[in-house]
Amino acid sequence: MTSTFLGLPVAHAPRGVGNLHGDETFPHAARAALGNAQLRHNLGLATATIRTKRALVVGEVPDWEELRDAGSAIKADVMARLPELLEQLENAVVARGGVVHWARDATEANEIVVNLVQATGAREVVKVKSMVTQEIGLNVALETAGIAAVETDLAELIVQLGHDKPSHILVPAIHRNRSEIREIFMREMEDAPADLSDDPRQLAMAARDHLRRKFLSATVGISGANFAIAETGTLAVVESEGNGRMCLTLPETLITVMGIEKLLPTWRDLEVFLQLLPRSSTGERMNPYTSMWTGVTPGDGPQAFHLVLLDNGRTAALSDDVGRAALHCIRCSACLNVCPIYERTGGNAYGSVYPGPIGAILSPQLTGTEGHGDPNASLPFASTLCGACAPVCPVKIDIPSILVHLRARTVDETRATRRPDAELLAMKAVAWTMRTPLRFARAERLMRIGRVLGFGRGRITALPWPGSAWTTSRDLPVPPKETFREWWLRERGDPSSGDASSGDAA
Amino acid sequence: MTARDEVMTRIRSALAGQPPLRVVPREYRVTSDDAPGTQAVLDRFVDRLVDYKASVNRTGPLGLPAAIASVLQRDDWVVVPPELPASWREACAGDGRRVRIDGDPAWLSAAELDGIAAVVTACRVGIAETGTIVLDGAPDQGRRALTLVPDHHVVVIFAEQVVMSVPESLTRLDALRPLTFISGPSATSDIEFTRVEGVHGPRVLDVIVVE
Repeated sequence: MTSTFLGLPVAHAPRGVGNLHGDETFPHAARAALGNAQLRHNLGLATATIRTKRALVVGEVPDWEELRDAGSAIKADVMARLPELLEQLENAVVARGGVVHWARDATEANEIVVNLVQATGAREVVKVKSMVTQEIGLNVALETAGIAAVETDLAELIVQLGHDKPSHILVPAIHRNRSEIREIFMREMEDAPADLSDDPRQLAMAARDHLRRKFLSATVGISGANFAIAETGTLAVVESEGNGRMCLTLPETLITVMGIEKLLPTWRDLEVFLQLLPRSSTGERMNPYTSMWTGVTPGDGPQAFHLVLLDNGRTAALSDDVGRAALHCIRCSACLNVCPIYERTGGNAYGSVYPGPIGAILSPQLTGTEGHGDPNASLPFASTLCGACAPVCPVKIDIPSILVHLRARTVDETRATRRPDAELLAMKAVAWTMRTPLRFARAERLMRIGRVLGFGRGRITALPWPGSAWTTSRDLPVPPKETFREWWLRERGDPSSGDASSGDAA
Repeated sequence: MTARDEVMTRIRSALAGQPPLRVVPREYRVTSDDAPGTQAVLDRFVDRLVDYKASVNRTGPLGLPAAIASVLQRDDWVVVPPELPASWREACAGDGRRVRIDGDPAWLSAAELDGIAAVVTACRVGIAETGTIVLDGAPDQGRRALTLVPDHHVVVIFAEQVVMSVPESLTRLDALRPLTFISGPSATSDIEFTRVEGVHGPRVLDVIVVE
């Protein structure tokens, strides 16, 4: 290839396939979620538990910040050298008997996987929990082709049997409590014991029995990858239950789908990520099982191995100098668990398989956005910008800054074409008011009229239109009796008369 | 244009005009004050194993066969990898237990492995700080299915195989071998974050530490 570029347009993840895009904007979806008391209770409990566990095991590591610095730099290095590292990975996998496929987007990746499964003649495949196969909607593609995809992670199984959507990166069924899970199993699992209780142990054992026969007879396994080592061609999957080991070991054919950003340059880099990921993710020093394999090992595990490398909007994110850091994400979900928005709405309100703070910056970049009404354009606004996500990120993604960056992009994109609405008019009015000190002082005094709307309760809960757009979801504090300027004048006198004891007195 | 060429072109165009690479700072610990197999390392290792609900048996070289026999008391049928040391294999066969050697004469199918209660293996390396055991599929450990399907895994580790930290463990491993990192028995926290030990992998993990 020559060094001149063809000037391809930025390619986003296509619409109509996969699960990166909700049907309604975040504020609308969140309203429904917030009305579900059971959901909020389940989420509050689960996120509080995992936050405590994480803090405990992260506190144990004296060089945690140094590990984060290294993790962040390694990922930045991966992005900068992506073409070279992908080529290295491809060569290493092929040299060890694997086959490498490339997919521009979800549609193409699904086609590749369906064709590979059909070539084996299998009618059923076992799946390891994987974000990327959820992202591309692989299960739907397989089912359309008459192939049953069995999710084998307990939480994914709960979601699949409940005809539900995953709501958390790590614990997709975080929104379900034990009695809901029991009901789902009794209804959907033909071999569930009749006397099944809602004890988590009993529920887990029912899932074990249900899946055991499927593992032992499966001929095709499908997985994602947590890491791929360019230097050696080694792939790694971290998990807890052993369902991953089953899917990666027992079938004759293994198909792994991974995003092109999941690379690490060298074997040594795992010494950083095997410390960062489990502690950030499940709050464990190490997850129960990590499997690593390089191509095909004669006599051990699948004898046919296919690796599908997926773009699906990642190169679009890569082309944004600021937003690109979202691709450093290792899917630990620590940012979800600390986010006050996620804790209250849960993951489904985000519409995408990537919820929470990381989803709010990743999903819109992968899909691109089409104007103000696009659900994914609303995601960067699904934040109070409190900043809780930044210090827990194991690879130091500056999520708050990227949220602001994407908000600005949305505003800029729609500036020219936007119809005047209440928000725009309000902003223009504020800009006019703040242009001179006199206007501002008058406006401050005028605001005092608003005190009557508080009815003595100290807050305003309902404003007339257009202010109602604000107060339907938020309360306003009543304006104070006295403005700051008035207070200053009363306490310190008129600054222009020279008797003010302000700080500039030498 | 093939998908490969197109994705590569997209990446190159996205990266055009990027500043040169940063050097990766590696200020974190790559070695530890405690040498492999020392008392401090072993104590930490055992503490972390127990914390993750593995059972631990500490013994000297002479006590090893008795230790193997004692943890297998409730199992009637044991499978072992092709090159498990003979004295360990004999210990497995105590109390009239049946012992199958994988690959002698035939490799066991997954269904056959499912009918066997326990498996006894060696391992490659242990990590004290995380309570982890790493298998690399050597002939004294067997292929991956062997240590996955039976419900009880007994693993023997020698003191000098235990290192303090994750970075120290990786320098002892060959990336090209199939590797399994095991930290306690299989577990799930998917239901209300209540930890349940023992799902699809072995539900009981016995670690025999030989000092």
